[in-house]
Amino acid sequence: MNSIIFTAGARLLVALVFVFSLFMLLRGHHLPGGGFIGGLLGAVAFIIYSLACGPEETRRALRVSPEGIAVIGLGIALLAGLVSFFMGDPFFTGQWYWVGGDSYETAAFSINSVLVFDIGVYLVVLGGILSLTFAFEEET
Amino acid sequence: MAEHSDPNAPWKTLSGIGTSAITAALFLFFLQYIPTIAAGEPVRWVIPWIPSLDVSLSFWLDGLSLMFALLITGIGAMVMLYAAKYLAGHPQYDRFALYLFAFMLSMLGVVLADNLIALFVFWELTTFTSYLLIGFSHADPKSRRNALQALLLTATGGLALLAGFILMGVSQGTFEMSQINAAGSLVGKEFYTLILFLVLAGAFTKSAQVPFHFWLPNAMAAPTPVSAYLHSATMVKAGVYLLARTHPALSGSDLWIWILSIFGAVTAVFASFMALRQTDLKQTLAYTTLMALGTLVMFLAGSSGYAITAAMTFLLVHSLYKAGLFLIIGIIDHATGTRDANVLGGLKKAMPITAMAAAVAGLAMAGIPPFLGFIAKEVAYAGALEMHLWLFVVPMALIAFALMFAVAGIVAYKPFYGPQGDLPHEPHEGPWPMLLGPVVLGTCGLLFGLMPGLTAFYLIEPAVNAVMGAPDTGGRVKLWAGFNLPLLLSLITFALGFLIYQKHLALRERLAQIEAKSPDLDASWDVFLDWFVRFSKGQTGLIQTGVLRQYMFATFAVFAVTVLITLIARGAGGVQFNLAGLGLMEWGISLLIAAGTVLVLLTSSRITALVGLGTVGIGVALIFIAYSAPDVAITQLLVELLVVVLLALALLKMPYLDKDNRQKHSFPNAVLAIAVGALTTWVLLLVVDQPFDRRLTEFFEAASWTQAFGRNIVNVILVDFRTLDTFGEIAVVLIAALGAFVLLKGFRASKEEEK
Repeated sequence: MNSIIFTAGARLLVALVFVFSLFMLLRGHHLPGGGFIGGLLGAVAFIIYSLACGPEETRRALRVSPEGIAVIGLGIALLAGLVSFFMGDPFFTGQWYWVGGDSYETAAFSINSVLVFDIGVYLVVLGGILSLTFAFEEET
Repeated sequence: MAEHSDPNAPWKTLSGIGTSAITAALFLFFLQYIPTIAAGEPVRWVIPWIPSLDVSLSFWLDGLSLMFALLITGIGAMVMLYAAKYLAGHPQYDRFALYLFAFMLSMLGVVLADNLIALFVFWELTTFTSYLLIGFSHADPKSRRNALQALLLTATGGLALLAGFILMGVSQGTFEMSQINAAGSLVGKEFYTLILFLVLAGAFTKSAQVPFHFWLPNAMAAPTPVSAYLHSATMVKAGVYLLARTHPALSGSDLWIWILSIFGAVTAVFASFMALRQTDLKQTLAYTTLMALGTLVMFLAGSSGYAITAAMTFLLVHSLYKAGLFLIIGIIDHATGTRDANVLGGLKKAMPITAMAAAVAGLAMAGIPPFLGFIAKEVAYAGALEMHLWLFVVPMALIAFALMFAVAGIVAYKPFYGPQGDLPHEPHEGPWPMLLGPVVLGTCGLLFGLMPGLTAFYLIEPAVNAVMGAPDTGGRVKLWAGFNLPLLLSLITFALGFLIYQKHLALRERLAQIEAKSPDLDASWDVFLDWFVRFSKGQTGLIQTGVLRQYMFATFAVFAVTVLITLIARGAGGVQFNLAGLGLMEWGISLLIAAGTVLVLLTSSRITALVGLGTVGIGVALIFIAYSAPDVAITQLLVELLVVVLLALALLKMPYLDKDNRQKHSFPNAVLAIAVGALTTWVLLLVVDQPFDRRLTEFFEAASWTQAFGRNIVNVILVDFRTLDTFGEIAVVLIAALGAFVLLKGFRASKEEEK
């Protein structure tokens, strides 16, 4: 697309949408959002960028190929499940580690395998959709 | 021969010496169990695997499995050492060593596994590794074809076996073979006949009984160490092992006795004639292996102590001499460049140690005292005389053993002491790693025969007890059992065998003439496979048209028909439309969706159609928002957005809609679309009509905070309560994306090729 307005606007929009996608990912446990929605939004961000600047430029911006991102995401999700395995719980049992306290109420924040799993979902959705889009865009 | 090595190539490689050493260590490991097992105390190891399905990795070591385990590891170690030298310098030797080692472990699994499912898995693993080994010379189309033939036949039998195992396990309430055997005979119980046929299908294909025999001689396309190991001493005996293992549970019925006696005897006699007919010594040995398998099956038909003792003794002696002879043929082939019985002769001078080893193995095979082979034959006649069908079994055994005597002369005597032939190479003695196996195996055959009491007590009788399922009296394995009928039969065997050996050239001519006239099962196999491939091609062409519209039509038509049948069969009633409660918003959304649909139907532009579909999607998302499901609504909106973008990218490259083509199909399409729509509406209304079950909702509302520390129930379900499902879903997302990616890339690559 050769519209200067779109190209210029896209750069701003992409950053906003991408940050918003991370926001949606992180707030997902309590409010509407999560890995699926976040991943879709992230994909939207990069698709806008690729419509404005072309898929080649977008691949450079991503640094890792979208297929790679998706595979890494699946690996992260699997690791999140394996953690519980090593703790002696059934596969994929959520693991919680409280920082500054010993329960949800008293702790300042938590480190947990559930969020790690959601990050995996985010990456798979992002990578999967982008690899599809690029395949279409580059198919000439 | 391409399989031959460079004699100067280094052979002490890690893969050769390493695998051989590990196998030898396993042999020693099993050796230490001999006293325990001989004392009548089976050993059991259990590792739970899928406890909820009663599948566990349980191993059971009794007399039968111990004898097999010792043969597998003992012969295995020597064969691996032999192969290291035999294939030294072969570019793919490491791969070969890996296959052979993997086979050894799978075979060990078969004979040790107690759980039937585990046994089946190991059973199929031996099939696969055998396939890889037969097809090792993969550049040769004949070798590939024979490997595939063995794979298809034995794997089909394996599937029947799986069905038999499942039936047996489910009807008996346990999948542990030791418990099934301990619970007593299945004869006369539910499913007995079916179980028997399925298990026999597995055993007979694996152990190459007539009419499934033809894959075994073809499997000799494998390098000689493989033939020695898999297709004589171990893998083909898996079928015999299975019959012995299930003997306490399945034997004793008329069906068992008749089927095993007849198939076994026919295989034994047919194979011994075929062995006489061959001129390639390796093929001769292949058929004598078939003869041995037939004999073993025939004796397992019986349930008397002598019949089982005969089977176990013959099993032991056959493994020893046959593996040795195969290895010797390999040495001869290596040294002279030929395996032709008509050419070979007078090798005694150049290859004295090989000649000695061959003589020892040949005497055991011929059943001359004091070798263990003689005892095996004596016990075999005693067993045959005790069997139900002795009138049939004894003459068949006599013919087979007499022919075996003659073949032993052809294989072990003639090449070394016969008249000198015109050899391709000047013969030389084999190197020690190759001689070790035949010498050790031959010595064992002699020592076991000289010490029948010890052999019987530590090896044969524990195995017999395991097969009988009850302690047996023993004391049958003797070098001198007195003047009796078996001895007389032995003497007749020798006389007849000697006569056949004298006349074997003339006999071979006759047999070749008969063979030329009889139907060839091996060729029929090719015809069968050809028809099978043609059938599947035709069938695929009929169903897979490659036209997307037809696929869509078929999918939705099947959906409509199955839903309709289910609704009618379940007696689903009418439903009531209650439109009174609808407000302005609901009407508005419905109109929006309807308008989008109409737009899709009427337009001739793909882009406009896409916009119409997008409108429908956004309408649906609005419904989710109206009924407060924000997570679903956001996802729906984003997916709609992405679908429009993706399709727009794809549509840019597609031609305009063809109006004529579209109208041609419009009537059936419309009927189907309306049917699917109406049915879906009906089903949804029926669902809504039911009182809503809030149990799950209440559970998640209560548990998502207390157990998973999250307030967004949808997300908590996705990432905590139902994580495994989500994991499956994202795996599908990844696979779908990769699949589409590859399809599009491949499309591009093929287009570039055209340019």
